[in-house]
Amino acid sequence: MSGNDDTEKALKQWEEGTVSKTLTKFPEREPKFETISGVPVKRLYTPLDSGCQDYQRSLGFPGEFPFTRGVQTTMYRGRFWTMRQYSGYGTARETNRRFRFLLEQGQTGLSVAFDLPTQVGYDSDHPMAQGEVGKVGVAINSIADMEVLFDSIPLDKVSTSMTINAPAAVLLAMYIAVAEKQGVQMDKLRGTIQNDILKEYVARGTYIYPPKSSMRLITDTFKFCSEKMPLWNTISISGYHIREAGSTAAQELAFTLANGIAYVEAAVKAGLDIDSFASRLSFFFGSHSDFFEEIAKFRAARRLWAKIMKERFKAKDDESCKMRFHTQTAGCTLTAQQPDNNVVRVTLQALQAVLGGTQSLHTNSRDEALSLPTEQSVQIALRTQQIIAHETGVGDTIDPIAGSYYVESLTDETERRAEEYIQKIDLMGGAIAAIEAGFMQREIQDSAYEYQKRVDARKRIVVGVNMFTEKEDREFDYLRVNPDLEKEQVVQLKRLREKRDHGLWKEAMRSLRVAAQGEVNLMPFIISAVKAFATVGEICGVLRQVWGEYKAPDIM
Amino acid sequence: MSSPKRIRVLVAKPGLDGHDRGAKVVARALRDAGMEVVYTGLRQTPEMIVEAAIQESVHVIGLSILSGAHNALLPRVTELLHKEGADDILVIAGGIIPEDDVPGLKKHGIAEVFGPGTRLSEIVDYIKAHVKL
Repeated sequence: MSGNDDTEKALKQWEEGTVSKTLTKFPEREPKFETISGVPVKRLYTPLDSGCQDYQRSLGFPGEFPFTRGVQTTMYRGRFWTMRQYSGYGTARETNRRFRFLLEQGQTGLSVAFDLPTQVGYDSDHPMAQGEVGKVGVAINSIADMEVLFDSIPLDKVSTSMTINAPAAVLLAMYIAVAEKQGVQMDKLRGTIQNDILKEYVARGTYIYPPKSSMRLITDTFKFCSEKMPLWNTISISGYHIREAGSTAAQELAFTLANGIAYVEAAVKAGLDIDSFASRLSFFFGSHSDFFEEIAKFRAARRLWAKIMKERFKAKDDESCKMRFHTQTAGCTLTAQQPDNNVVRVTLQALQAVLGGTQSLHTNSRDEALSLPTEQSVQIALRTQQIIAHETGVGDTIDPIAGSYYVESLTDETERRAEEYIQKIDLMGGAIAAIEAGFMQREIQDSAYEYQKRVDARKRIVVGVNMFTEKEDREFDYLRVNPDLEKEQVVQLKRLREKRDHGLWKEAMRSLRVAAQGEVNLMPFIISAVKAFATVGEICGVLRQVWGEYKAPDIM
Repeated sequence: MSSPKRIRVLVAKPGLDGHDRGAKVVARALRDAGMEVVYTGLRQTPEMIVEAAIQESVHVIGLSILSGAHNALLPRVTELLHKEGADDILVIAGGIIPEDDVPGLKKHGIAEVFGPGTRLSEIVDYIKAHVKL
């Protein structure tokens, strides 16, 4: 191509002439530049670098394969992303109040944070729950709590995302049952269960059962929802926690997609047709601090997943190839020092997510390196999204960053690096084998340690932490979870156990145990159990007895 | 001159908290600083932590917690150490622990609390200066 030849020649002239002359007088800040993930960054990108060479194949059009430019045809011109703040603390009543506050403030979807006992399948009165009840999320023991949680919130109008994994099927069953009481049938329900156990083993830690049984529970939900809940996202395959644990952008992308491949394989093996469930898979990424690298990552993620679905799994329906994802700004980039600065970090990271074409977004609150966020901090975080949506105009045209020589080149590079990892994981026997061998965990840990050393050596600047520091009087308005809530919750639970129909409960629990020992779909049994007022701890307890518990490999 | 006796540290995750990035990074830094480090893994009760500390004859316990359950779990560790006559073990903590809670924890025998943004070398230096070998 003569155009390229000309550009190549001119570029060389520029480097050897203008640039080298300048460098002798004004050297650059660093001998070499790289992204936060360690990808080399050149001085200048030109048409010679970009992946735009084959526009149709690598970029295409929004709403069409390979979806690099977005999964929806009109993107934010049609509708803005869903503004969905992850929240929950204390009892169901308090969280219900926070939900209603957020909806009044213009939030467009709900996102439930559960406390740790709920997340690992213990009731509030379990010995391991001591001190943890209602701390990092809301305590939900039974359908009675769930009813309070969604009191006066019409479940046919809002969509609800639930960050729940090992007991995801149980909380979904409770949601279905509560909606039914509101008069809303399950085929009308919109929302997501995270349901992504593999990243729990890798990075987040709230696993219960060993992989085989966990995967069965997940494919059971896929199957159940594919038949009865056409609008429900059956999983949110998450890179966010992998990134928070310290991975690079390419590792986040690779490990998430490798886990995604494992879920699809499991479902296909269980007899599901790819196109019957794949369109309800959703994803979740972090938005870290390297501006362009993150935008590139989101775009690369869509393209890579589309290719995997079409080439590896032979999906026929383009819907199966669309990667829809949620984004959260990176909690690990928030600083406890000068916490108001976090508002600026969150703004930039939120903008990246929007420029990357996210379907929904959580913006962190400035005080989250210190405690749970106050109402005021959450409001600022939500307003940040509203300002980006309504004031900046970034949503008025689709994928506005496309065609940037740098971003296109970085999109290609991130995809290439992720593919390399996925190949390696394939050779190891897939994601589950790689996790059991501790491969992903070790890679992440190495990156995390490397990053911390760079921050400590001030090779990576964190404003207010290792540069521009100041002596601070930490006067901050913390959100405090009332420690008496734990006692209150335990009393309520005891009352529920006394009040419920014991015969009905016992029969539901017995059936569940038998079902778990066999191979039938567990969802109907779990729904019957929650309707009989069985608790999260009781249901997960039965499954613990039948399936045993996961033991993490020692990777230190 | 290095001490003939190596400092032995137990890095532990009390409670149900799954955030172990900090614990693992600190464990590696202590190891690179020449200490012997045992990491408990997740979901440890105070009882399990104290038992491991005594079994491994450690000089230091580092407790990492981001779940907000520190006031319930950390004093329990020092209490149990006291019961076992192992008060000489240096107990330090890190994670998301609000400043207001630090004096209370110190009163219960947590020697120091390291918050977000702490340099790894600060922790290494602190241990070297305060450990009883």
